[in-house]
Amino acid sequence: MEISHAKQVINIDAKLTERINELLSHYPADKKKSAMLPVLHEVQDAHDNWLSIELMDRVAEILEVQPIEVYEVASFYTMFNQKPVGKYMFEFCRTSCCAIRGAEDLMDYTCSKLGIKEGETTPDGNFSVVGVECLGACGYAPMLQLGDYYKEHLTKEKIDALIDECRDNKVNLH
Amino acid sequence: MARKILLEHANVPGIKTYEVYRKVGGYASVEKAIKSMTPDEVVEEVKTSGLRGRGGAGFPTGMKWSFIDKKSGKPRHLVCNADESEPGTFKDRYLMEYIPHLLIEGMITSSYALGCNLSYIYIRGEYMWVYRILENAIKEAYAAGWLGKNILGSGFDLDLHVHCGAGAYICGEETALIESLEGKRGNPRIKPPFPAVSGLWTNPTVVNNVESIAAVPWIVNNTGAEYAKIGIGRSTGTKLISASGHVKNPGVYEIDLGLSVYEFMNSDEYLGGMMDDRPLKALIPGGSSVPVLPAHLIYKTAEGEDRLMSYESLSEGGFATGSMLGSGGFIVYNDTSCMVRNTWNFSRFYHHESCGQCSPCREGTGWMEKVLHRIENGHGREEDIDLLWDIQRKIEGNTICPLGDAAAWPVAAAIRHFRDEFEYHVRFPEKIKNRDHFVAEPFEKVKHLVAKEVI
Amino acid sequence: MKVTIDGQEIDVEPGTTILQAARMIGGESVPPAMCYYSKLKGSGGKCRCCLVEVSKGSEADPRPMPKLMASCVTGVMDGMEVKSISSERVVDARKSVTEFLLINHPLDCPVCDQAGECDLQNLSFKNGSSKTRFIEEKRTFEPENIGPNIQLHMNRCILCYRCVMTADQLTDSRVHGVVNRGDHSQISTCISKAIDNEFSGNMIDVCPVGALTDKTFRFKQRVWFNKPYNAHRDCDKCCGKTTLWMFGDEIQRVTARKDVYHEVEEFICNSCRFDHKDPKDWVIEGPRKFEKDSVINQNNYTRKLDTVVIETEKNILLGRDQDRKKISMPAIPLKKEEEQVFKEGKV
Repeated sequence: MEISHAKQVINIDAKLTERINELLSHYPADKKKSAMLPVLHEVQDAHDNWLSIELMDRVAEILEVQPIEVYEVASFYTMFNQKPVGKYMFEFCRTSCCAIRGAEDLMDYTCSKLGIKEGETTPDGNFSVVGVECLGACGYAPMLQLGDYYKEHLTKEKIDALIDECRDNKVNLH
Repeated sequence: MARKILLEHANVPGIKTYEVYRKVGGYASVEKAIKSMTPDEVVEEVKTSGLRGRGGAGFPTGMKWSFIDKKSGKPRHLVCNADESEPGTFKDRYLMEYIPHLLIEGMITSSYALGCNLSYIYIRGEYMWVYRILENAIKEAYAAGWLGKNILGSGFDLDLHVHCGAGAYICGEETALIESLEGKRGNPRIKPPFPAVSGLWTNPTVVNNVESIAAVPWIVNNTGAEYAKIGIGRSTGTKLISASGHVKNPGVYEIDLGLSVYEFMNSDEYLGGMMDDRPLKALIPGGSSVPVLPAHLIYKTAEGEDRLMSYESLSEGGFATGSMLGSGGFIVYNDTSCMVRNTWNFSRFYHHESCGQCSPCREGTGWMEKVLHRIENGHGREEDIDLLWDIQRKIEGNTICPLGDAAAWPVAAAIRHFRDEFEYHVRFPEKIKNRDHFVAEPFEKVKHLVAKEVI
Repeated sequence: MKVTIDGQEIDVEPGTTILQAARMIGGESVPPAMCYYSKLKGSGGKCRCCLVEVSKGSEADPRPMPKLMASCVTGVMDGMEVKSISSERVVDARKSVTEFLLINHPLDCPVCDQAGECDLQNLSFKNGSSKTRFIEEKRTFEPENIGPNIQLHMNRCILCYRCVMTADQLTDSRVHGVVNRGDHSQISTCISKAIDNEFSGNMIDVCPVGALTDKTFRFKQRVWFNKPYNAHRDCDKCCGKTTLWMFGDEIQRVTARKDVYHEVEEFICNSCRFDHKDPKDWVIEGPRKFEKDSVINQNNYTRKLDTVVIETEKNILLGRDQDRKKISMPAIPLKKEEEQVFKEGKV
């Protein structure tokens, strides 16, 4: 199985290194591997929201583990993308509580508006639409996750506005 | 108005900040515990309070604490389980987002009671903005001297950090959570050994839900005996309920345990009745894993007694006619919802979230999803209903962790209480072509089509 | 400590598991084990084949355990009473687990090199049903080349984790592992890296099914046509004690020696396994014996056979496209133009 042939420009700059070191300081010195998930989050956020093999290899070096240990973990958790994704990834919750309040219709609406199917990215690489499982916002359904934030009590109008804001680069992802 | 213990100060402006939180009496429990109580006395108070784990299993918190291995002399850890992922549950997020310092205060007091010097809050990765709120609050607590070396000059040291997951329901299981905190895949461990003996980095560890830990400051401040006065029977104290689905006012509510389900559903203080005044069809009272209740078993038990919001009353009648309080994820369905579709939806969830370690869950959850998907889309066979029953029966109890049971129970309950809906799907595939098939024509109206023939 | 299994009492040391105690007694009461491997630390508990009923916890706490317990990871207590084959619940659970393990397992025993020495085959022979209730399509995986010695056939894998533990405990750096999750979990290196460690060949021996087989033996022979001999040689890396799988004068395969539970007695190195196929390299001790119901005892070959060539091998390995999805987060396919951009690395 090959995860990805796509290349990624890797840039672990001083600021990111500082943040990684801060995260590492949260765990005993001989338990660096424990920082795996927080470090992968930070690194992914700084690299267009996905992790290439090369990037995971770098994380393995930082955490002093075998590369396979990073691949194993990255592929287990849904929030780590091992392929490039759209800049704005609309992750719709589609579990029961959201589904009965119209999440599926809203996802269909968004897909048709963007001209893509669920799980696809627009040709300009700007938008992806993905259906995900319960995000813990059941009382505020329907909702989606965009970057680090939740957009709740959604309606078609709110989706329209959100897409416009994204196109105007007015949406804060992290 | 019911008493508020956890959410008492939730609406105070600026309560997220340390200054405001401290001004309304925050961190008093840390002072009281460290200055005037021994760790064992704190544990005793929590035992007296009767507080039961708020994550779902309802195991007495004080008892769990008393199991922690103090003899080995190894470092101990307290880990807060904030990996809230049970569909229908969003109460911990509310607590952490609005009153982050309450959890931190609870963590300090509890860590003191357990003799932990390094503790963690494990929050699900999707709650990234809450993660940052907690990070910030922890920094404030360090700056104010509540964390770090020699807290309040007592010689007690505590480091507290927040750790984020990355999208895996299974990490809410305590041993999977520990694995994940160690930077591994979230595969649950085989018990024994229990975390209280060998947990995080093989050290003795206690894992508690956010809400359980957040209740500790009040218990320490007001004594466990006072806490035990609230509630009913062995269901002491208050509980956060996250309500969702077809109700007028979904959201997070703090209730005294023992409130009647009817009042919670219908009073304006709480849910305010059904959305659009449509009839109530089904209720899941404790998150997706617990059995669904059909309309006639919601307000009254099978014995005809009032159903109450308590551990005991909700499970009255066992799985045949009862359910569980679970995590307090209160999901309400009206007559437009399809129980087959809903069961399929949950099965998809468990299939997606199975870690894949043990065979009954890995293979069984996927199989159930496929069969349910077929039935829901009009390709079901009459024998599929019994097949489903058999698959869930074979998963239940045979897996490493409770996810197998959690995947099996909703399917079992749906077949038990709504078998006629499954039969309808199998026999009238043309009528269920659209996913909103019960919106225009609720099942009540077509029920006669699958009624048993009376000769 | 005294423990009673299906009415048979035995005295064992503290720390013994129920499965080990049952193996000391032997016979029909021994639970099947697909993932537990006594030589691998931390193995067991995953396949759930060895579930047993503990009808009495111990002398001190005689309460029965409510759930069936995985006998391979449950330690015995003094006075414990266990029901294995004598419990209907246990027999039913074994049948259930067998069914679960088989729903997605290809029924390709006729072309599988493991046939004849496959634990899953044995398990389904004893606990399986002749009919399947699974009418859905089976899950398949994309083939991956993990080097010249070992053939990985992921579709047959039952995720026992034995090979991962072997790599962890026998070799100096593990390059393969379990990736993805749920029923899309798979054994992989992620980067089609060759697994070439001096002891990597032991992964073949510990694999209970045909997921990891010997590439140098691939399609050469059905194992029951081979004549197995115990043999040894002076080896500076391992014990040098092996089983040679002969066909006439030809050594077709070398494996470690396996006991009645199909566990190797001692691990061997790759050099013994793959590089010494000349009978002159070995001192042959005598025929290797197998349990009495093993098909390997047939050994009835009379004439030299030609090597089998399977025309459809490529298709057998390949599987279907639609199955190759990552369950936890669907991979979003790249558009043609994006692919170009990403290949050049100009994001």
